[in-house]
Amino acid sequence: MAKEQPGKLEVKSFADHHVITQPNPLRKVLLRVPESDLDDPVGRAEKALAGLSGEFKNWMAIEADRLSAAHAAILRDGFTDDTREELFRAAHDIKGDAATFGFPSAGAAAESLCRIIEHAPDLDLVPSDLIAHHINAIQAIVRERTKLDTAATAGVLSRSLRGIADEFLTYANRDRPEHLEAILAPSIIPSE
Amino acid sequence: MYRIDFNKLRFLICDDNPHMRRILRTLLHSFGAREAYESEDGATALEMYSHYVPDIVITDWAMPIFDGLELAQMIRQPDSKGNPYAPIIMLTGHSEKRRVTVARDAGVNEFLAKPISAKGLYQRILNVVANPRPFIKTKTYFGPDRRRNTANAYIGPERRIGGEMEVLQQPSLLDKARSSV
Repeated sequence: MAKEQPGKLEVKSFADHHVITQPNPLRKVLLRVPESDLDDPVGRAEKALAGLSGEFKNWMAIEADRLSAAHAAILRDGFTDDTREELFRAAHDIKGDAATFGFPSAGAAAESLCRIIEHAPDLDLVPSDLIAHHINAIQAIVRERTKLDTAATAGVLSRSLRGIADEFLTYANRDRPEHLEAILAPSIIPSE
Repeated sequence: MYRIDFNKLRFLICDDNPHMRRILRTLLHSFGAREAYESEDGATALEMYSHYVPDIVITDWAMPIFDGLELAQMIRQPDSKGNPYAPIIMLTGHSEKRRVTVARDAGVNEFLAKPISAKGLYQRILNVVANPRPFIKTKTYFGPDRRRNTANAYIGPERRIGGEMEVLQQPSLLDKARSSV
């Protein structure tokens, strides 16, 4: 849409690589505006996002239900490629979405669950309570938020789960240095 | 001062989560974009990429059929009939350093870790519009220049041979991923 006719590629060749430069096909969408320009696209987008926030609790409940359904399938059928994948994807979505939806502690608990699924050497040997507690905690944070003693309780809950999960994963991967390194590496996302 | 004329940009959004797609659509429309096509898996996204020829691709990582990483690799085929140069922004719940490196090596231009923010998304789009990088083609890589390290003394195994000592003065993908959250 914004593209001009494809600009002529300039190719410089070296011993083991080529450097390909193309006139910026998107340069026409870059507008020079005076410093006094008051348009604030980021502020406008933040307001629009706030306008969606009335739906966030419902969306979060849907995501939590999907996680519980994935867990129920595992209790019924055991860990298969499909059931494992669905549990991971459901937890991973909550990890990414929950903070936006106003449930950062649910996101933290989901991240802990993702780490278990990703790094446990054998999921069948993971204590079933460890997985169940993560899912119950996420459901509690989402469903019972008004009954929990503010966000602090949810934070304590998710941090406790993470601590237990990390202890389990560190021990279970004591002979798997590449996993151990990944488990102990800091996240690029600052903690709460 | 520069601003992006979003209504001239065509986006392709690829995320299997309908809530995240709705959020992305809302943000892009608020920025001023009119054209944002959506797909919920990598295979559909690849078809839409060929059909709609988007200016910018925003993709999740974890998706069914094939994921965002594979989508990036399929777009970055230097001999494909389509456009292998479109900017790709990876928007993902993955937040580990090694994931940033893997995404970079698949030809992703920008990495944005969830939770999403309007500011973070705008900055990524501004960067791919205003600061496009040259593409590098080697035996094992085709994609935007990954060289952002200004240390000219680097002599490691991945040092390019025969290249000039040109480096781009910009922060690494990992540093940018960290600073935006």
